[in-house]
Amino acid sequence: MIRPDAEPLLEITDLHASVEGKPILNGVNLQVKAGEIHAVMGRNGSGKSTLSKVLAGHPAYRVTSGSVRYLGRDLLDLEPEERSRLGVFLGFQYPIEIPGVSNLEFLRVSTNARREKQGKEEFDTFDFDDHVRDRLQVVQMDPAFLERSVNEGFSGGEKKRNEILQMALLDPVVAILDETDSGLDIDALRIVAGGVNQLASPDNCTLLITHYQRLLDEITPDYVHVMGAGRILRTGGRDLALELEKTGYDWVDQLLAAEGVS
Amino acid sequence: MAMPEGWLTQLPAPAGTLEPVQRRGRLALSEDSFPSRRQESWRLTDLRRLEALFQLSLADQRPHHFSADSWPSVPQQSLRLVIDGSQDPLQGVILPAGISLLEGAELQQALGHTLSRCRCASDWPVELNHGVSQQILALRIRGKVPPVELVMVAADAMLVPTRVLLLVEEKAELDCLQVLSAKGQAAHSHLLEIHLGQESKMNHGLLALGDGQEALLANLAVEQESRSHYSLVSVSQGWSFGRLEPSLVQVDGQASASIHGLSITAADEQFAVHTAMRFEGPEGTLDQVQKTIAADHSHSIFNGAIQVPRPAQRTNASQLSRSLLLSGRARVDAKPELEIVADDVRCTHGATVSQLQEDQLFYLRSRGITQSSAAALLLRGYFQDVLDRLPLDGSQRWLGGNLQMGGMTS
Ligand SMILES: Nc1ncnc2c1ncn2[C@@H]1O[C@H](COP(=O)(O)OP(=O)(O)OP(=O)(O)O)[C@@H](O)[C@H]1O
Ligand SMILES: [Mg+2]
Repeated sequence: MIRPDAEPLLEITDLHASVEGKPILNGVNLQVKAGEIHAVMGRNGSGKSTLSKVLAGHPAYRVTSGSVRYLGRDLLDLEPEERSRLGVFLGFQYPIEIPGVSNLEFLRVSTNARREKQGKEEFDTFDFDDHVRDRLQVVQMDPAFLERSVNEGFSGGEKKRNEILQMALLDPVVAILDETDSGLDIDALRIVAGGVNQLASPDNCTLLITHYQRLLDEITPDYVHVMGAGRILRTGGRDLALELEKTGYDWVDQLLAAEGVS
Repeated sequence: MAMPEGWLTQLPAPAGTLEPVQRRGRLALSEDSFPSRRQESWRLTDLRRLEALFQLSLADQRPHHFSADSWPSVPQQSLRLVIDGSQDPLQGVILPAGISLLEGAELQQALGHTLSRCRCASDWPVELNHGVSQQILALRIRGKVPPVELVMVAADAMLVPTRVLLLVEEKAELDCLQVLSAKGQAAHSHLLEIHLGQESKMNHGLLALGDGQEALLANLAVEQESRSHYSLVSVSQGWSFGRLEPSLVQVDGQASASIHGLSITAADEQFAVHTAMRFEGPEGTLDQVQKTIAADHSHSIFNGAIQVPRPAQRTNASQLSRSLLLSGRARVDAKPELEIVADDVRCTHGATVSQLQEDQLFYLRSRGITQSSAAALLLRGYFQDVLDRLPLDGSQRWLGGNLQMGGMTS
């Protein structure tokens, strides 16, 4: 929902970042206000996941210039754990398996870390059990997954549901969902999309990284951005995504060639 | 000159039940050469730390000071025996039905039998124990008995020799947790013989906790008759110098054994685990997982020997060694030693060395968990299953369900 007077939650300005000395992000500009849903599309390797990891604070990525302001403060100055506690959530494209660490305990510790920052009371194990069972309904997930190790042996789709369960528990201000739709079957896509819609509110915002229109049929974006060569090349409304379905990304090459970027 | 001149002669004169053993051990110590790095099983050992044992005074009649205040209470219906190398562990103790003292001719007959069957009677640390042990706790186990906790303590810069023999009779069942604890730069020389009769069962836990400056030499010899089950779970931490050597033999085959080990080293500690499993009959099994966590510039060693001679057809053995390095300066040497002559056997082995995964750490941190808590969670995920296997609720009671990893991951 676009409201001109809404508060900007995330302001990315001329962001450059590199990994192992190799520049990946080359001047990303993006402003996201409260209540908005933004879709980020673009070819494989265009830098979408890199942008999401830089926002979440992955130590392997080095910001070389530019700034990111979040709720009026310098996001890049914060440790990853601090960002999460303050409401930045990254739904991973490839959620990590952690053998030996119970999913339930992991969810409780992270939920409490966020709640403490929100000034809410932390859950003890019993209260958390009730709370998590309630949140499971958002993604219609089987409680049996709570008893297993974090993501260990989960199918691709189950991992993605577990990500959205975490989003439902962490109550983020900025949710960045990196290809949450890939790997989901048709029913699961609808369930997960329904969950994301349910969690979206006038006070938060969502950045949906995706390759497919079918997700955007379920979650209506206010803006659609196309990334290429590490920056945002084009921004439009939901129609831009429909146009991409037809035209593909050939125009990206032409645009970059015209600019002298290969 | 590894052993200081006159060290043997200043020992108390051979006496008591163990007199012949003491003579044998001292003779061996004086005639055999001190371990050298040219010997395969000592190749990686910091021998100066072994030599340093001779600087300690021997615990004999003089009690050393340890406080039992911090010990957890004994679980209901369990028997706790405290062995400190000088006092009689059975003083004032009433043994429960099924557990009795092994004495006289029976003891003399049993003594050393299992060591010979395991072919470790002449190993240097065993001979050292022979030479200095003043007493022995020998128990016969009949039927299903209450759990037994053996607490062995060393303190005040003393070398504390302890020797235990357990004769687990046919069809008997025993849960036993051994706690070897040390403080104040003390050292343990511990020797344990276990004989498991047919169809007997033993769950054996060994919790070895040093304080960072202590030394541990522990030799376990286990002899299994057919259809017996033996499980060993060992957790070791805090030893400046340690060597844990479990040797198992299945004399007629058709027995099962499992070994789950965890050793943790930090600072400049060196800890070695040498396991030996020998199958002498058909259809024996072994399930072994040895884990190691090495921090700082510590050194962890694992040698896992498995022998399957011709009569041991249809043996099924698996051995896995997993090492986690928490620092670039830590060192792990893990080596399987398989000697397989029988042809119809299943024997698998594997070794992995890994580090805390940056992506796992980041995933946890991206969920609001601090770097140090994330590292602690990952470590716990790595070792928790071993702790949980300790009998007599050893993990909860002695460790509060967790290990102290303070500072190891920062
Ligand atoms: N840790 C890394 N080491 C080396 N190269 C990297 C690393 N992370 C990203 N890259 C490179 O940066 C570029 C952008 O990768 P990124 O994962 O951001 O693409 P993406 O837009 O998310 O692609 P996809 O649609 O396939 O998920 C790629 O060329 C990738 O190989
Ligand atoms: Mg990606």
